[in-house]
Amino acid sequence: MSTVMDADALAEARELNGTLHKFRQVNEIIDRHGKDPSNLIAILQEVQEEYRYLPEEIMTYISTVMEIHPSSVYGVATFYAQFSLEPKGKHIIKVCDGTACHVRNSQWIIDSLREHLRLKQGEHTTKDMIFTLETVACIGACALAPAMMLDEEIYGQLTPDKIKEIVDKIAAEEEK
Amino acid sequence: MSTAKVDMNSVHKDYCQALKREKIRVAVCAGLGCIVNGALKLYDALEAEIKAKGIYADLSYLLEDESNSGCSVVKTGCQGFCEAGALIRIEPAGLVYIHVKPEDAAEIAERTLLKGEIIERLAYKAPYSDKAVAERNEIPFFSGQKQIVLRNCGIIDPSDIRDYIAHDGYLALQKALKEMSRDQVIATVIDSGLKGRGGAGFPAGRKWAFAKAEESDTKYMVCNADEGDPGAFMDRSVLEGDPHSIIEAMAIAGYAIGASHGYIYVRAEYPLAVARLKHALKEARDNGLLGNDILGSGFDFDIKIKEGAGAFVCGEESALLASIEGKRGMPRPKPPFPAQKGLWGYPTVINNVETLASVPLVILRGAEWFSSCGVGRSTGTKTFALSGKVRNTGLVEVPMGTTLRDMIFKIGGGIRDDKRFKAVQIGGPSGGCLTEEHLDLTLDYDSLAKVGAIIGSGGLVVMDEDTCMVEMARFFMHFTQSESCGKCVPCREGTKRMLEILEKIVAGKGTMEDLELLDEVARMVKDASLCGLGKTAPNPVLTMIKYFRDEYLAHVVDKRCPAGQCQAFKSYYIDPELCKGCGKCSRGCPAGAISGKPREAYGIDTEACLKCGACVEMCPFGAIGKGDGPKSKEDNERNG
Ligand SMILES: Cc1cc2nc3c(=O)[nH]c(=O)nc-3n(C[C@H](O)[C@H](O)[C@H](O)COP(=O)(O)O)c2cc1C
Ligand code: FES
Repeated sequence: MSTVMDADALAEARELNGTLHKFRQVNEIIDRHGKDPSNLIAILQEVQEEYRYLPEEIMTYISTVMEIHPSSVYGVATFYAQFSLEPKGKHIIKVCDGTACHVRNSQWIIDSLREHLRLKQGEHTTKDMIFTLETVACIGACALAPAMMLDEEIYGQLTPDKIKEIVDKIAAEEEK
Repeated sequence: MSTAKVDMNSVHKDYCQALKREKIRVAVCAGLGCIVNGALKLYDALEAEIKAKGIYADLSYLLEDESNSGCSVVKTGCQGFCEAGALIRIEPAGLVYIHVKPEDAAEIAERTLLKGEIIERLAYKAPYSDKAVAERNEIPFFSGQKQIVLRNCGIIDPSDIRDYIAHDGYLALQKALKEMSRDQVIATVIDSGLKGRGGAGFPAGRKWAFAKAEESDTKYMVCNADEGDPGAFMDRSVLEGDPHSIIEAMAIAGYAIGASHGYIYVRAEYPLAVARLKHALKEARDNGLLGNDILGSGFDFDIKIKEGAGAFVCGEESALLASIEGKRGMPRPKPPFPAQKGLWGYPTVINNVETLASVPLVILRGAEWFSSCGVGRSTGTKTFALSGKVRNTGLVEVPMGTTLRDMIFKIGGGIRDDKRFKAVQIGGPSGGCLTEEHLDLTLDYDSLAKVGAIIGSGGLVVMDEDTCMVEMARFFMHFTQSESCGKCVPCREGTKRMLEILEKIVAGKGTMEDLELLDEVARMVKDASLCGLGKTAPNPVLTMIKYFRDEYLAHVVDKRCPAGQCQAFKSYYIDPELCKGCGKCSRGCPAGAISGKPREAYGIDTEACLKCGACVEMCPFGAIGKGDGPKSKEDNERNG
């Protein structure tokens, strides 16, 4: 047996190392919450925060470690609107389409954002993975309608001009 | 105050004494609306100015020495008048300043705090009036209200348990634990007539009595802070502005039913509420108000927070419990009710945030005090999130039995831009709409039930002449359809079919048969669904067909949207009297649908028109309008 690893084996080892590192982080999250099934949602929330979505191999891993059937993990992951099985952009824009915002024309805001971000029909994330556009039902800022949440920040009394300004500012920072 | 055996009365007295030396309190609203309008910078500016004047005194300083006194500035939860943010309240003078900017801080400190003058520029002015009103009690938005649930919101510092205690906080818990038996607590809540504010309106005390009657070593007390109604934010405001009141109430309820574990289930979209709650829970534990042997009574109780993950149906109690257990939040048939078999099969009481927020005062001041407010079997107050096309949007708390007219025209200040009131949606996607004929209806459980609406969560979304009721029904249906959990067929399939029909009508392709089918499916979904989501999902559609049948017919028969909102029927016109013939619209029209001669009225080719509305923005004279033609003069007068 040769002691020198060939290139393939080296790549494999690197990948394994990366996977282990990935799972180490997941392990930490699981350890912090405990393996009780009631903590599944909180664990998935933290994983999603870490990776910006729920990668399939991590869901499988969680199901093995927590001894929950993979279909149950998948069931929970697809049931709640917060979870995404696809990678999301770095910044998440949640335009409120609650009743109050809808009455004050949130559709106009959504349309202009789609246009400004150059999102095609059915797309939610920009090609450069900077922005993901979502609509949510009420962020509780009804008095400021129409409103949106960009990451943790809330913006109210929106107009198409105002959103362009907000989005462009972040896009400019990203380019730096 | 670190041992569990503290005497709340003496602590309370110390804090109250300290607060007496607080000559002035400047309460800066740090609710969501005001933060967006710069409240945090305003707070910093005010604090700096007050410190510079040498009169600054916070609670710690006041407690340090009996001779210390001065002026404090605190960040509070939402003060309600979100429309006018950033706002501050100055007590004990009872003043409110609106639209305050950080630049105003110096003038406020100098003139109002030091000299006691009112700054008219920052005071409220009624529409079409120059009279400045700074007194809180004289501003119509506030004067029609009575605050029980929101008693502390907007005046105390939610991040300081001492401030809560100084405002009679945790005295009710001490009274319950030390002076009342478990049955007495329950009897008091039953006698008060307090009903669940989460939607169903079930008497809180009776629910507690059921849970207490169950024999079990383990029981749970759960607070429903999922607030799913997309047009409501009062639970959020209570959690952010007065978190301790919920913790205190949960401990009281836990004592009454025999639970030593509590859960608060909070919506994922409310990060600030979660942060405030976590902080408050820690404070309560550090002060021996949660944990083992609370106040030396032998009663143990603690609370955990569970964050939701974005599913409306999780507000339904059995779905909520499934979600706490880490599963998909699907409802299950009842009975057994959660009070018998709830979390992990143990007896569980679930109460809404607002229901709980009333509890400490019910215990402290008695059942009679509480039931003297309200009408008939609806006792106490109700908070509403007033929003939509109304002038004063915000958070409002009124005695049960206030009329809709007072709500919209007095507190709400009427309709924006002097448009015409059309309807109000009450109770969110599970509720119904009320119209002009209902303006004198009182807002309480019984009278609303009579007209097919519910108080529900308390969302009040006002709609004006520009809101299309068919499109509104489609909007609600879209919401409930996408939130249907899919477990039962009537709701899963029925809401889908209803949405399809509504989309068809909105797109101008509806027929009379569709209208009949819509009605039939709506009734079927209402009768046959498993949980409250499906049972109530048809309510908006049914009430809107009932009260606005004309509008449905206009879409189906005349192929016209009277409100001018539905894209498919949109048409624009140029008012020849206002048009100066500048040609801006023609140059800006992407379809080249506008033509005319310079300095003569232009015209729109409705066939070529894309209905994009670009021309409306373009016209410097406001000559282009939506709809079939200029409104008649008579119409305009009626609106004004
Ligand atoms: C679809 C659906 C959604 C609900 N959403 C909420 C909610 O967001 N908040 C709430 O307190 N109750 C909600 N409820 C009502 C709860 O099931 C339950 O009746 C309530 O939490 C009990 O508390 P209460 O008696 O104090 O009102 C919802 C019910 C249904 C059917
Ligand atoms: S409807 Fe937009 S914040 Fe509620």
